Amino acid sequence: MNEQTLTPEQRAANLKGMGSSRKRVEDVRFTQGKGNYVDDIKLDGMLFGDFVRSPYAHARVVSINTEEAMKVPGVVAVLTAEDLAPLGLHWMPTLAGDKQMVLADGKVLFQGQEVAFVVAEDRYAAADAAELVEVDYEELPVVVDPFEALKSDVVLREDTVDENGNATEGAHGPRNHPNHIFTWEQGEKEATEAVLSEADVVAEEMVYYHRTHPCPLETCGSVASMDKVTGKLTLWGTFQAPHAIRTVVSLISGIAEHNIRVISPDIGGGFGNKVGAYAGYVCSVVASIVTGKPVKWVEDRMENLMSTAFARDYWMKGKIAATKDGKITGLWCHTTADHGGFDACADPTKFPAGFMNICTGSYDIPTAYLAVEGVYTNKAPGGVAYRCSFRVTEAAYFIERMIEVLAIKLNMDAAELRRINFIKKDQFPYQSALGWEYDSGDYHTAWDKALESVGYDKLRVEQAQQIEDFKAGKTRKLMGIGLTHFTEIVGAGPVKNCDILGLGMFDSCEIRIHPTGSAIARLGTISQGQGHATTFAQIIASEIGLPADDITLEEGDTDTAPYGLGTYGSRSTPVAGAATAMAARKIRAKAQMIAAYLLEVHDDDVEWDIDRFAVKGAPERFKTMKEIAFAAYNQAIPGLEPGLEAVSYYDPPNMTYPFGAYICVLDIDVDTGEADIRSFYALDDCGTRINPMIIEGQVHGGLTEALAIAMGQEIAYDEMGNVKTGTLMDFFIPTAWETPNYITDHTTTPSPHHPIGAKGVGESPNVGGVPCFSNAVHDAFRPFGLTQTHMPHDHWRIWKTANDLGLHG
Amino acid sequence: MIPAGFEYHRPSDIASAVSILQEHGDEARVIAGGHSLIPMMKLRMADMGHLIDLQDIDALKGISLMGDTVTIGAMVTQHELITSATLANAVPIIKEAALLIADPQVRYVGTVGGNVANGDPGNDMPGLMQCLNASYELSGPDGTRTVAAREFYEAAYFTARDDEEILTRIHIPVPAAGTGYAYEKQKRKIGDYATAASAVMLRVVDGVCAEASIAMTNLADTPVFAEAASAALYGRALDDAAIGDAVSAAIEATDPVADNRGPVEFKKHVASVILRRAIDRAASRAS
Ligand SMILES: Cc1cc2nc3c(=O)[nH]c(=O)nc-3n(C[C@H](O)[C@H](O)[C@H](O)COP(=O)(O)OP(=O)(O)OC[C@H]3O[C@@H](n4cnc5c(N)ncnc54)[C@H](O)[C@@H]3O)c2cc1C
Repeated sequence: MNEQTLTPEQRAANLKGMGSSRKRVEDVRFTQGKGNYVDDIKLDGMLFGDFVRSPYAHARVVSINTEEAMKVPGVVAVLTAEDLAPLGLHWMPTLAGDKQMVLADGKVLFQGQEVAFVVAEDRYAAADAAELVEVDYEELPVVVDPFEALKSDVVLREDTVDENGNATEGAHGPRNHPNHIFTWEQGEKEATEAVLSEADVVAEEMVYYHRTHPCPLETCGSVASMDKVTGKLTLWGTFQAPHAIRTVVSLISGIAEHNIRVISPDIGGGFGNKVGAYAGYVCSVVASIVTGKPVKWVEDRMENLMSTAFARDYWMKGKIAATKDGKITGLWCHTTADHGGFDACADPTKFPAGFMNICTGSYDIPTAYLAVEGVYTNKAPGGVAYRCSFRVTEAAYFIERMIEVLAIKLNMDAAELRRINFIKKDQFPYQSALGWEYDSGDYHTAWDKALESVGYDKLRVEQAQQIEDFKAGKTRKLMGIGLTHFTEIVGAGPVKNCDILGLGMFDSCEIRIHPTGSAIARLGTISQGQGHATTFAQIIASEIGLPADDITLEEGDTDTAPYGLGTYGSRSTPVAGAATAMAARKIRAKAQMIAAYLLEVHDDDVEWDIDRFAVKGAPERFKTMKEIAFAAYNQAIPGLEPGLEAVSYYDPPNMTYPFGAYICVLDIDVDTGEADIRSFYALDDCGTRINPMIIEGQVHGGLTEALAIAMGQEIAYDEMGNVKTGTLMDFFIPTAWETPNYITDHTTTPSPHHPIGAKGVGESPNVGGVPCFSNAVHDAFRPFGLTQTHMPHDHWRIWKTANDLGLHG
Repeated sequence: MIPAGFEYHRPSDIASAVSILQEHGDEARVIAGGHSLIPMMKLRMADMGHLIDLQDIDALKGISLMGDTVTIGAMVTQHELITSATLANAVPIIKEAALLIADPQVRYVGTVGGNVANGDPGNDMPGLMQCLNASYELSGPDGTRTVAAREFYEAAYFTARDDEEILTRIHIPVPAAGTGYAYEKQKRKIGDYATAASAVMLRVVDGVCAEASIAMTNLADTPVFAEAASAALYGRALDDAAIGDAVSAAIEATDPVADNRGPVEFKKHVASVILRRAIDRAASRAS
């Protein structure tokens, strides 16, 4: 068969473009152990760095003696803050406008904080020597509770108070206490309070989203290689934003940006953990400069859990007002945010609490007010967006709990309460009370489809029966039905209000078509498992009619990729995906001129048809994209430059607002506290669907993380600030055994402002999954008087709920 | 998570292993599957100059049935406990319990000898061996001796084994035909140690309990062999009252500590629930 005889459907199918469940091209390498991760990088003469970490959560560092450590054979150097200070690198800026110690400068603020960096010829020598570094600590009172911190006279950050002990102005305005970081207010305080005071019904609750950790399979690490001859620094690392890292390294080290090459090789999961800058990165760079040799640093699992970027830890006090028949009239939220010892949240500069102001969720709430108060405590810094756009999962958890709490107060079915409050299809684009413009949505359709798919009414009948049986002593199990309708805000974001360290959050794509009709595309983003090489090729395939299989995708090398802000916050598809489509369209525009020239007609007389330009009204006269590509390189076309390449930098006009309807059914063993997930239904609307199989995979993975977070995963501290969950024995990562089967479904409401209508999906299941699992647990106990309890719902907490409700007789 | 340096030894018979132990005293440790020891070494909580690998010693391998006794070599893996037809026939509770240890990866390498010798109260095999009234054969510089599992555990990581001895074999009396059994364990996830676990063996003759043996795991600093609980069942019909008495007696013998799995009161409650379930299941299997 040739191009003449294939049907249009066959030609489209051959492209494996958008809508095709094309197999992930990455997996051939990954499933055969042929990935290339940071720890796979081995360079001649490479040294290894290892940290001495603080065993205390709060202590003064009186002295550090490195003598014995230096005697260990193979040890090359032991760096302390004193060594970094002359370079101005003992502290570094954080993404949140604060600064953070690279190595302990006189004191430590959390257990696991980096105190000294041992550099040796191999890992074993480094670890042996780290044990021999003698640090003399003087313990200080520990503050682990953020509410206490705001009352305490223990000053954690002496660098942020003036000589009278008063808090100096912070990056986000005035501070009212030495341990206070910022207060961020959105919406209308007085109007909301007025609504609350006049409402028929007000439900009030403290909703705590506990501290957890992204815990990617691959931990964080870097390899720095300073070439003293060329003056060039090459830095490989687990970076979700390689270009931003290059700029930051240049700014803090003084090395000119063109002399820095940052490479993110394969990344084994990021989930927000690899957005920030860590002491290990800086120390590997300094050590390479000092020793003139490449230096590798890779943290182990315990170090990952205790020191690099936790997530959540939001205490969200909420009030929700409604009429007696359930129409919500107002929402009030005051959040106390535990940021740990340094404010190292990864948020766009103007949003110290991320997009927490999406907390009105899927509901048409006319009046709202949000205040978020950031607090220093003796815990690890972080506050990253663990598989969510900045604080969106906190917001979703908050509103989806508050809806349930309100349903209890109103004695209403929570599904119905949601339905009567959804933003209606014809209200989009919708202006929310807290300042966002939702691009598109059709919540009622999704909701009704979800309820019908799971047989919601029947489930409630079954549940009622089960409750009766329980009360009659016929069973010790309770059935919970968890509902969630979430709306995310992703794809940061418009440069006018989104930047990180002053870098606008646009993204980019450059496409080069080769003479024989294959192509390479480079993006400013970096895949960490999302399958960019698969899906972005599909966008290009559909836009320019070359098979996805003939398109190579490259990301992560700042010497070759166009500048971009990286991958997190579900921004790759909304921003870089848009750039990809726009770059492809530039190519198609030039291809149109080439085709017209070859066909000897006017530019306007050819039209695009799947993989070719054809003469209007004469479809048998055409030039395929492959032919056009060749012509671009071998014909002198009047008025056109040779070659076929394009680059696009895309500044999105708005965020995108994916949404979804999730329903979980579980059974709780009241006596042991075990919860058995019976079923989980996930309907996602992420706009245009590029690769349904990848979407399904993303949803499965995200739901499993949500299961972990809701049911057991936490970073817990004791009152001395010791991390209690520092290994995978205690930090819950579900295995295949604990993971239920998921049923996935979808509706499709394209984004009106995105070139291909796609909204992003990778984070939806985490954002929607956590409240759904948690609501199911709460729902099981609702008939027995439970309004609110805290995650994670591990065995003992569920047992305690049952016990507190008197269910153990 | 990098262990300190050590000298590696790989003897091929018991006598050589013992003599290396003797030579280096408490500077030396044997390593079997390494799935308890290596994590401790990586955490630098166990630090020894000499590691004696037992895997080349054939005399420590194999499962055999002779007369009324099953003998299991110390180096038999937990995976082999699951797949052995001999054990499945003679002492089926072993398979039921072994399936609840860790995960398949751990069980392919972890050994039964390491599990019982380790002395970690979280290990499942010690309680099981007490329930089965097994005995351990130990070889040392002074020859061989046998210690009952019920006498072996002194405190967490302290056992009756001398530093210079190697645990070579486990002998288990084959339970009488018709003995009901159950191993019940609650854990947070696959790969976790027990929140509470219990092993129950019992025989019912003419409607009354003719023999009972109950042991529990991770509810004290040693396995809990609950003699009083067994006694509470003996000679009685296995009705609610008898089982209730047995459960109370067993819980009385526990002394759990609070950890990330939960506080003491929760653990005791869960222990009572799963013990009751184990007794019920064992009773349903007794014939
Ligand atoms: C993730 C994970 C989960 C686990 N979950 C469970 C669980 O749920 N239940 C459970 O029971 N176990 C569990 N374990 C432990 C596992 O079963 C180990 O394999 C077992 O505890 C030790 O056996 P080993 O062969 O690995 O011994 P090793 O680790 O090699 O040795 C353990 C100790 O016993 C000593 N030792 C070993 N063999 C002998 C011998 N023949 N004579 C004298 N001393 C000896 C060693 O010197 C060492 O001190 C888990 C382990 C891991 C890593």
